[in-house]
Amino acid sequence: MNSYPIRGGVHPDERKFTSEITIRRVPTPKRLYIPLKQHIGAPAKPSRVPGEIILKGALLARAQGSVSASIHSPCSGYVEDIIDWAAPHPSGLPTKTMVVVNDGKEIHEDASVPVNPLFLRPEVIAERVGQSGIVGLGGATFPSAVKLTLGQGRLTPILIINGCECEPYLTCDDRLMQERTLDVVDGIRILAQALNGSETIIAIEKNKPEAIQLMREATKKIGNIKVMPVPTRYPMGSEKQLIEHITGRQVPSGKLSADIGVMLHNIATAYAVNRAVREGKPLITRIITVAGEAVEQPGNYEVPIGMLISDLLDFCGLKEQPARLIMGGPMMGQAIPHANIPLTKGCNGILALSAAELSQRSEHPCIRCASCVDACPMGLSPLSMASLLKRDKLDEAVDIGLKDCILCGACSFSCPSGIPLVHYFNYGKGEIVSRAQQQRKDDEIKQLIQERQVRMVRLEQEREEAMAKRKAEIAARKAAQAQQEHSTKAEAA
Amino acid sequence: MISGIFTLTLLGGSLGLFLALAARYLKVAADPIVEDITAMLPGSNCGQCGFAGCGQAAEAVATGQAKLDMCPPGGKSLIESLAKRLGVDWDFSHVTANVPNVAYVMESTCIGCARCFKACPTDAIVGAPKQIHSVINSACNGCRLCIDVCPTECLQMVEVQTTLENWRWYKPQVIQAQAA
Repeated sequence: MNSYPIRGGVHPDERKFTSEITIRRVPTPKRLYIPLKQHIGAPAKPSRVPGEIILKGALLARAQGSVSASIHSPCSGYVEDIIDWAAPHPSGLPTKTMVVVNDGKEIHEDASVPVNPLFLRPEVIAERVGQSGIVGLGGATFPSAVKLTLGQGRLTPILIINGCECEPYLTCDDRLMQERTLDVVDGIRILAQALNGSETIIAIEKNKPEAIQLMREATKKIGNIKVMPVPTRYPMGSEKQLIEHITGRQVPSGKLSADIGVMLHNIATAYAVNRAVREGKPLITRIITVAGEAVEQPGNYEVPIGMLISDLLDFCGLKEQPARLIMGGPMMGQAIPHANIPLTKGCNGILALSAAELSQRSEHPCIRCASCVDACPMGLSPLSMASLLKRDKLDEAVDIGLKDCILCGACSFSCPSGIPLVHYFNYGKGEIVSRAQQQRKDDEIKQLIQERQVRMVRLEQEREEAMAKRKAEIAARKAAQAQQEHSTKAEAA
Repeated sequence: MISGIFTLTLLGGSLGLFLALAARYLKVAADPIVEDITAMLPGSNCGQCGFAGCGQAAEAVATGQAKLDMCPPGGKSLIESLAKRLGVDWDFSHVTANVPNVAYVMESTCIGCARCFKACPTDAIVGAPKQIHSVINSACNGCRLCIDVCPTECLQMVEVQTTLENWRWYKPQVIQAQAA
């Protein structure tokens, strides 16, 4: 099969030490902290009240709005409360979280097992995926049902299944493909069916020979699915780069991949689709990699959604106090402030890094070596954007492509001066959002001021009219009185 | 008597005609910059800039009598758009923390006098006489007009709380390594 070169990219040390370790199931802890917003879009609306008894797999919160995802209970027990709890976010700020107490009985809600999904209409598959609360499990957490519906509305001739896993340390997709090959392939077939039987390509980086071998065997007899080994280079697993490598087409700036007839889903999403559509089981667990030198038993673990990272690290053991905790991979993951944060649908790894593993580079002035330009997979000029952002020239930075930056971190990784380039772009993108929000608020307030002024004028007018009316009434009454007096006088006379 | 009436009518008519023609042909066009700036300003006429209202402030900015950062409710985004419109370079390193402020009613001391929501130009305060009032944060632009009218000083300006929705990455601190 043809492939096309992509520009830029880097080769970080792989450190995939956990690729040989079998997935282990983690027992559900006593309490689960389930955030109501684990996806892109509107938070789910709670459909349970505190004190309500629930079964495993029961709906806890329902999707609301056009882009949202439902949330289900990973255990049987009862809802204790809905509280503000630290969110899985670098700020650790609170978010609405449902606390579920596990009774340890593991009583399942009855799952209705549907007919063979390969005979279902695409819309019905998308609906089931939506009911099961599945979101993009590669980390983007975009609701999968919405994505499928988007693909059904247009011509989507190519479905790409992303098994690249280009981030260092992470091996959960690799293990999933090796251990649950048939389920993953079935999920991929269901996804292809949901997109009207698109041509399907499974992209796997060449550093996973076992997974490539197993997936090839499993898909040998299926006509429209092909396995395609792709070069090991970060960020090959990024949506735009992978599409360009496989199809030779670029996603235009500001457009979606669906606009050029390609749809991308992650390996873990395909597995979740298999569970949901084949067995009627909602998304209540996921497989994550726990790694880093501070961890005693690194490996891949199947964890219930809502388990606290501290509970997970207790289960895996800690050799030392981690110097930094990262949710996701080391390149694009987010450092989190503490371990009292729940695991959510989009979390594919927890890294507990020791002090020795952290890079201790201090920042030096830019020497204009252009390493970052060579590394940038989007063809941008990170050094120019960063120097503009340093001086708060946001508009100029947007002009040279800040909005196209995918925040992959290849520039920061390659910078010999240790300049936190990707941090500048995070800052710049945040400023763009703030500015838009402020603009919206200003416009709304201006509207309010104008409406108030109009209302004040109207009230004043009404007051004057009422006064004039009252005056007229008084005058009329006085005239009537005078008339009466006059007539009585006349009678008396 | 006839001649007097005639003279005055003629005088009035010709002067009126002269004024009408002057208004038409000697018209001084309003500065479009002032209009643009007026449109950018919040329009709440709060007076925190030291001018009577937003219109006067816009004139002062256009003629260079007032600085671009004179408007506290407008904040940093206003400075940016003003600098862009006027084509001047503005050094943002001196702009102090851009934390927007909103009014907050302390419920324990609010007596429900209803003066504050009459003073509010943006209808951001809700309440009724003898009821505790409250501020709708998303409609408050921090003009402070309500602060002065409160008889019990229960209104305060507070910083907008950081939540997941408005949290942003901070700007990287430039810490230059010591030259060896």
